[in-house]
Amino acid sequence: MPQIFTRASNTFARAGIVFAVLCLGGVAWATYTVWWSPYMTGVDAPRAQPVPFSHKHHAGELGIDCRYCHTGVESGRFAGLPPTETCMTCHSQIWTDAPLLAPVRASWRDGKAIEWTRVHDLPDFVYFDHSIHVRKGVGCAECHGRVDEMPLTWQAKPLYMKWCLECHRAPEQHVRPPGEVFNMSWERPAEQRARGLALAGAAHLDTTHMMDCSACHR
Amino acid sequence: MKARLDHWRSLEEYADSPECREWLEREFAPMASEWEDAVSRRRFLKLMGASLALAGLGACTRQPLEKIVPYVTQPVGMVPGEPLHFATSLTLGGFARGALIESREGRPVKVEGNPAHPASLGGTDVFMQAATLDLYDPGRAKTVTHAGAIVTWNDFRTALAGELARLANQGGAGIRVLTGNVTSPTLGAQMRALLAKYPGAKWHVWEPLNRDAARAGAELAFGVPLDVVCDFEKADLVVSLDADFLGTGPAQPRYVRDFAKRRRVAEGVENLNRLYVAEPTPSITGARADHRIPTAPGVLSQIAEALGTELGVISKQLDAAYDSAFVTAAAADLLAHRGRSLVLAGESQPAHIHAFAHQMNAALGNVGETVRLIAPVDENPVNRTASLRELVGDLESGKVELLVVLGGNPAFDAPADFAFAEKMLRAKTCVFLGTHPNETAAACDWQIPAAHELESWSDARAFDGTAGIVQPLIEPLYTGAVTPHEFIAAMLGEAVPSSYEIVRDFWREQKVWEDFEAGWEKAVRGGAIADTAFASKPAEARTITPETKATPKGLTLLFRADPTIHDGTFSGSTWLQELPKPLTKLVWDNAVLISPRTAARLGLTTNDLVELTNAARQVVAAIFLIPGQADDTLTLHLGYGRRIGNATATGHGFDAYPLRMSTAMDSTEVTLRKTGETYPLITTQQHFGLEGRNLLRVATLSELRDKPTVIQDMGKIPAPDETLYNPHEFPSKHYAWALTIDLSTCVGCNACVVACQSENNIPVVGKEEVQRGREMHWIRVDTYFAGVPENPGTHFQPVPCMHCENAPCEVVCPVAATLHDSDGLNVQVYNRCVGTRYCSNNCPYKVRRFNFLEYNGGISPVEKLGKNPEVSVRSRGVMEKCSYCIQRIESARTTAAIEERRVRDGEITPACAQACPAEAITFGDLNDSTSRVVKLKATKLNYGMLAELNTRPRTTYLGRITNPQPEARA
Repeated sequence: MPQIFTRASNTFARAGIVFAVLCLGGVAWATYTVWWSPYMTGVDAPRAQPVPFSHKHHAGELGIDCRYCHTGVESGRFAGLPPTETCMTCHSQIWTDAPLLAPVRASWRDGKAIEWTRVHDLPDFVYFDHSIHVRKGVGCAECHGRVDEMPLTWQAKPLYMKWCLECHRAPEQHVRPPGEVFNMSWERPAEQRARGLALAGAAHLDTTHMMDCSACHR
Repeated sequence: MKARLDHWRSLEEYADSPECREWLEREFAPMASEWEDAVSRRRFLKLMGASLALAGLGACTRQPLEKIVPYVTQPVGMVPGEPLHFATSLTLGGFARGALIESREGRPVKVEGNPAHPASLGGTDVFMQAATLDLYDPGRAKTVTHAGAIVTWNDFRTALAGELARLANQGGAGIRVLTGNVTSPTLGAQMRALLAKYPGAKWHVWEPLNRDAARAGAELAFGVPLDVVCDFEKADLVVSLDADFLGTGPAQPRYVRDFAKRRRVAEGVENLNRLYVAEPTPSITGARADHRIPTAPGVLSQIAEALGTELGVISKQLDAAYDSAFVTAAAADLLAHRGRSLVLAGESQPAHIHAFAHQMNAALGNVGETVRLIAPVDENPVNRTASLRELVGDLESGKVELLVVLGGNPAFDAPADFAFAEKMLRAKTCVFLGTHPNETAAACDWQIPAAHELESWSDARAFDGTAGIVQPLIEPLYTGAVTPHEFIAAMLGEAVPSSYEIVRDFWREQKVWEDFEAGWEKAVRGGAIADTAFASKPAEARTITPETKATPKGLTLLFRADPTIHDGTFSGSTWLQELPKPLTKLVWDNAVLISPRTAARLGLTTNDLVELTNAARQVVAAIFLIPGQADDTLTLHLGYGRRIGNATATGHGFDAYPLRMSTAMDSTEVTLRKTGETYPLITTQQHFGLEGRNLLRVATLSELRDKPTVIQDMGKIPAPDETLYNPHEFPSKHYAWALTIDLSTCVGCNACVVACQSENNIPVVGKEEVQRGREMHWIRVDTYFAGVPENPGTHFQPVPCMHCENAPCEVVCPVAATLHDSDGLNVQVYNRCVGTRYCSNNCPYKVRRFNFLEYNGGISPVEKLGKNPEVSVRSRGVMEKCSYCIQRIESARTTAAIEERRVRDGEITPACAQACPAEAITFGDLNDSTSRVVKLKATKLNYGMLAELNTRPRTTYLGRITNPQPEARA
């Protein structure tokens, strides 16, 4: 019976195996890249809003404190969005007939809420609480990025569980002094780890429970 | 043949039947995990392949964009995401029970008891817990309709004004208003104003479960109708003549709480109370009795007379048909506890038994001590049956031109001989105001949707007369819904003010507060208005001679309130329909309860359909054998067999009302004929059974005194190191959550089950699914019987997850979806769960529940409003179980961490513990040596269920201690 495969087939077979491994690796790499791309995470993608509100202008240039509008951030789970009333504290006095602000005035006039598009949206099975994070020294910019430099708001971090756990696993790399939580331009010092450990200790961070499933999932 | 157990759960288990053994031996019910559709292998593989591909693709979808909607003007004190609590009252048969309602972003989602309200003291019953479900019921009445067409409230007002103007010429003759019990002082005043404006008008009152007999009894004894208020905290000895004070009624949460205070053996209570119960049909109160005898209704009357004779309040030749040992023991005990005892007659007992009870209490010096007599609490305390009879007479003679029915459902629940449903058609115009469509609404010309209690301003009195303000938690979901106050205001022809103004104006006129605004705010905030409880009425008991009553010869059928749907009011509630009834564990149905001996004599078994006949009326219903029922006595609970209502109300159970006559409201003699057919009754009594093990530990007080370790000696706990696994460490810097359940105080009322369902978004599955053993309740209440089926002892054991430290479920999970957190909680991670069900298979307690189907799928938007946003809604293929209300734990931990302190004892209360009227459930931290739970676990009554398996359960039980009279036989 004649040979079906010539000697050259060995080379093809070997090349084929290498190619298959490369392909699998390529698929894995492609999946990973897509999964962590802004397309999936929503990072860096500004969202269209009924009013093109600029944090850059309000928080950055005018220097309005985060808590002026996001009133629940220290006392509740949600930081909260400002009610129309908060917008109108200023905008009943300035820019009273700016066309861009027409939806705000309409909302105030008709008593109908403004429907914003959510920028930071955790899955429904995750229970995040702003108040405890703010209290324990996690700065706004830690998760939300330099909001004071965003003309339209976008998501700065992927908000994936892996990303959450980076901090829950090693909070000392991320916590800052309590006074710096709302400071957007705070820079991590060179000796962050040592300082962070001291801060985490002072804040009585329960690092074991921070890694429990029950800390965030119910 | 295995050894006979001390305790058994059903007659089948007592008889050790093969079906019962199969239930026990299988992990899920025979049908639970089967693929019952006729699907070929090829189709199965196709479906699996497709779902795998879709699952892979599904994982790649991006999160959809969501809207976020802030307020226009944010209410003061509101932090989005944080709950607010408001005090209000929820009524049962018109009587208020104080509630605190949790509101999330303006949606009421959870009912708790109001500790400041005398009818609650923080406890609740199943009906209160189910109020939110009722509010969000998509089957509610939503629009004003006239002759089947949708019209507006203004159309109705125009028509009403015309009709009233015409009737005003004849002084209002022809106007009839029919209400249920009205305890609202405001509505009472409005009704009186209406009667003053139209002198010819009449106000009738009908309530199917009423106090007619009790008030007639008081009239016999004192010459005036009076209501009874009991103080169970003071009573050392209670004799109940068919009074189910622990099981039903508007004072139940309060009475259970007071009663339980005298049963807290674990907390050092020495002077336990003792309870004697004589009753024809098993009840929760009977289950808690230290001495109980089942008695046919005729015999009960003789027992009451014999007791009276022994106490010297009546003289009568004794009949020998009753158990004289019971009477002798009870009478001796009563005489030994003068002024500290209590004799109670059930509301369904005839007037003369109530009169005897009054006389006995008076003779024993209990009046003013353990029992108070007060003026009737409701605004129109007429005899309900007589009142309805008068209305029916007027309808018959054509005198009624405008019939207004404010709530209730008389076309369904009126006495059969009144034929009210037909007679009401003779009214020229008939108007119905109600929250739900029902038989009465369907027979009326006008249907006006009523605002739900959680949507209304009103007021209501509790069983002791204490008034409370009812405040709305939410605007009416359906525009056009009005309250009875607004309706009567419209009849008065006023420019209709809002209920808020009507109620406020009423209380302003009462001048109960010096500073009205401050007083009003305090009343609204607190829920109960201070010092409005009715004062005791001095009353002199008269001597009465007992009338001889012929003892019924044949079968007697008793009518009783259903334990879960009451008189039919709650038959539209899925939570209450699927709630296993305390003693039968029946779901979605009622049945004719019969004693095993009588059933054997008549050749009947459970599920047999029989025809019951009295006075030419028939009802076909299914038979259910129940231990502890008096012989020749049948019980059919009221409220089932609804014909018109929402999708849940209709098509379940058997209607008992056609047999209920105005002359015999509590029972009737019937003849029984076997039809030869059967009906599938579903009971969960055998579900999650635990084979051949004594899980319940009971001892008497004298046994405990002889041997303090009697409970703990019933089982042995292995040393902690007798395990193949590395033992878990729970260092004291962490929390170690744990729970105890006191079996001495638990009354098996099921409030915990519904509270858990409400708090944790637990779905209902329907009758067929329950039949397959797929019910989802995270906490179940196991009912055990002990002794002989004729008169067994009855015990309840609530079973939530044990949160074992060595949890058998954890080691078998292939994906680590169930594991320990650092507090020692056995947590279930829904997003990891792939649904292998190995954990459930390995759980010795059978407390894990699997979502076999998408039970939460396809619910309407209005039902979604009722979900607790703090708990994930689980989807198909996911295992779930009790989490000790992890959301409440985390919330308290966060608050404590913000305030840089440890969680305080009592700061966290799981939903079951908070709802429990008996305070039988205690939750706390084992690493806090001062916590209540640590103290309870240190007592000699503490034991772990199946602790001999070395699971080291965090949930433990305090063994039940009963207090029978040491000399008397059981």
